[in-house]
Amino acid sequence: MEVSKIALIGNPNTGKTSLFNLLTGLNQQVGNFPGVTVDKKSGSYTGLSGKKIEVIDLPGTYSVFPRSNDERVVFKFLTSKDSEDFPQAVVVVADTSNLERNLLLFTQLYDLGIPLVLALTMPDVAERRGYQINLEKLSAAFNGVEVVMVNGRNGEGLQELKAAIERNKLKDNQDVFLQNDLEALIKNNTAQTQDAKARYKKLRTVINSVTEKKGQVGDRFSQKLDRVLVHPVSGYAIFIMILLVIFQAIFNFASVPMDFIDGIFGELSQWTKASLPQGAFVDLLAEGIIPGIGGVVVFVPQIALLFTFLTLLEETGYMARVVFIMDRLMRPFGLNGKSVVPLMSSVACAIPGIMATRSISSWKDRMITILVAPLMSCSARIPVYTLLIALVIPDKTVWGFFNLKGLVLFALYAIGVVMALIVAAILNAIIKSRDSSFLLLELPSYRTPRLKYVGISVLEKVKVFVMDAGKIILAISIVLWAMASYGPGERIEKAISEIQAPSIDGDEAMIEEYEFKVAAAKLENSYIGILGKAIEPAITPLGYDWKIGISLITSFAAREVFVGSMATIYSVGEDFEEDHSLLDRLKEQRNPDSGERVYSLAAGCSLMVFYVFAMQCMATMAVVKRETRSWKWPFIQLIYMGLLAYIGAFITFNLLS
Amino acid sequence: MKKKLSTFDIGDCGTVVAVENTSLLPKMTEMGLFEGKNVKVLFKAPFGDPIAIDIEGYVLSLRKKEAELIEVEL
Repeated sequence: MEVSKIALIGNPNTGKTSLFNLLTGLNQQVGNFPGVTVDKKSGSYTGLSGKKIEVIDLPGTYSVFPRSNDERVVFKFLTSKDSEDFPQAVVVVADTSNLERNLLLFTQLYDLGIPLVLALTMPDVAERRGYQINLEKLSAAFNGVEVVMVNGRNGEGLQELKAAIERNKLKDNQDVFLQNDLEALIKNNTAQTQDAKARYKKLRTVINSVTEKKGQVGDRFSQKLDRVLVHPVSGYAIFIMILLVIFQAIFNFASVPMDFIDGIFGELSQWTKASLPQGAFVDLLAEGIIPGIGGVVVFVPQIALLFTFLTLLEETGYMARVVFIMDRLMRPFGLNGKSVVPLMSSVACAIPGIMATRSISSWKDRMITILVAPLMSCSARIPVYTLLIALVIPDKTVWGFFNLKGLVLFALYAIGVVMALIVAAILNAIIKSRDSSFLLLELPSYRTPRLKYVGISVLEKVKVFVMDAGKIILAISIVLWAMASYGPGERIEKAISEIQAPSIDGDEAMIEEYEFKVAAAKLENSYIGILGKAIEPAITPLGYDWKIGISLITSFAAREVFVGSMATIYSVGEDFEEDHSLLDRLKEQRNPDSGERVYSLAAGCSLMVFYVFAMQCMATMAVVKRETRSWKWPFIQLIYMGLLAYIGAFITFNLLS
Repeated sequence: MKKKLSTFDIGDCGTVVAVENTSLLPKMTEMGLFEGKNVKVLFKAPFGDPIAIDIEGYVLSLRKKEAELIEVEL
């Protein structure tokens, strides 16, 4: 049988993913294994015979016996021999510098009768540590299995690996290393432990006979680096510094491409309106679909940048150290060290953050991380924060050198983080769980990251954001557009006819003003406008009027829509940084009854607090539903965050007014 | 002398003589932590928890709670 389908399997940190990238390049996709939320990474390459070969990159595992969702998938995959998905060859990727532990999995697969190829990675590390493996002897110990030395960093040995895969020599292997009734052990922990120990014992003899040692040298470099990076003082100092650099870079570098994207979609929308015949469909296109897509794409620079940093840290091996130094600090909150990366990702966007919780093995810890992740201020809140800060926070210097506006922005992020921890601690007391949380994590040696693989990985995550969040944001944008464009009966038409049209010889400014006024009248009398007025009694205690109510409702597609809605309601352009008319207009708004300013310090701060806490993101809810496989959790999230937002805003408003 | 791994100071080393039988036992075994292995405490996170140990050439981190399950002969 010709080889057309293969799978890669191996322990975590063996360079398995590097090898996968090396084989498939950009020809890869991430999907799901049927029925579970475990990533299925697959790709393809052209084999030496010219035939296309499909590759599946299975999740990293130490043994065939499953202890997590990921590993259950692997077990099921490897024991479904009759399935049409079953590969003709499985490449076991093993770290040469730690053969004993790596080969445990290999011998288990060998006894399951799976056709194997053994790829030994990291030959450079092994050499540095003074090992030399005799490949022929190792092959002979396992009935002539193909053993290939391959360097995932520079591709050395890749051709040999491809050739070995296509020779597929072990396809009818009947040989047994220890025993072949592994599937019977699946539920028996004691038997699994016995089996593993027996395998290790036998393996040690095999490995001793194939290894030439030239004196044992530890990984001095990693140990020296660790003395600084996990140090009680310098370890945290460096971690905080890295975080500062990352967020500084995101704020400084992402704004250029974001403005550019914003501009392009704005022009595209105007062009569509100007050059296509008028009608409902063109309106839908120009006001619903194009801005909807723009609202998704505009976040790509920020998200890509954050993921580039996170992937770099992951690739170097530093992330495992972050887990290590943060674990004890996170535990009182019912979180663990592995919650840190998802929470950091949530600062870009909660969606990839929530997906990153898959690495947390304890169900309870994972649930708590998912539930609090949206409290981290994501990129969609930034435009809202900036507008409100520009509106109500005075431009002055405090304590000598801090800019008050910057300080408030920092405070908003801090409030989110602190509230996330408080809520986590409460959930920790409420949620009951049978399985206790544990941490058994390998700290890999430090490595220089390979930029190409960082690029591939970032591309993949951005794709997930655009596809998953994008389609929901787009759908809601269209619904909201419809609700904002249509109203009951002739209400909108009537309101528009009451506005005085500019005379024919009016100048551009007058025409523009008229258009803004028409847009405002349209929104005010649309279904959304009516809804905004209907909720006014509920939001008056927070210091908001119905105009803010409208913007709160439109924020459900994506929070930053707030800015655009406010601009429309107040009949001005939305670019408040260049053109001050939105800010000026908002500042002069006064309450018709009391005569006080609508956007007082109290109302502005109350609104900021509301945006920190409220779950105004349908895309996140959809992802939480997918990850937890139940609507229960996203609704719990919606309700508790809504309550937090309401109560928080109420307190803020009353304290400050 | 036998001591629990959780009581080790940085730099202490020894040979694992027993691992308590809990649901983590097979996982620990598969990760290469079982009787007969030479271990050395490399460093500890702040507050002494979790700890990182060298197991014959690779570094594993575990919580104090897990280290309590492991008995080591100095």
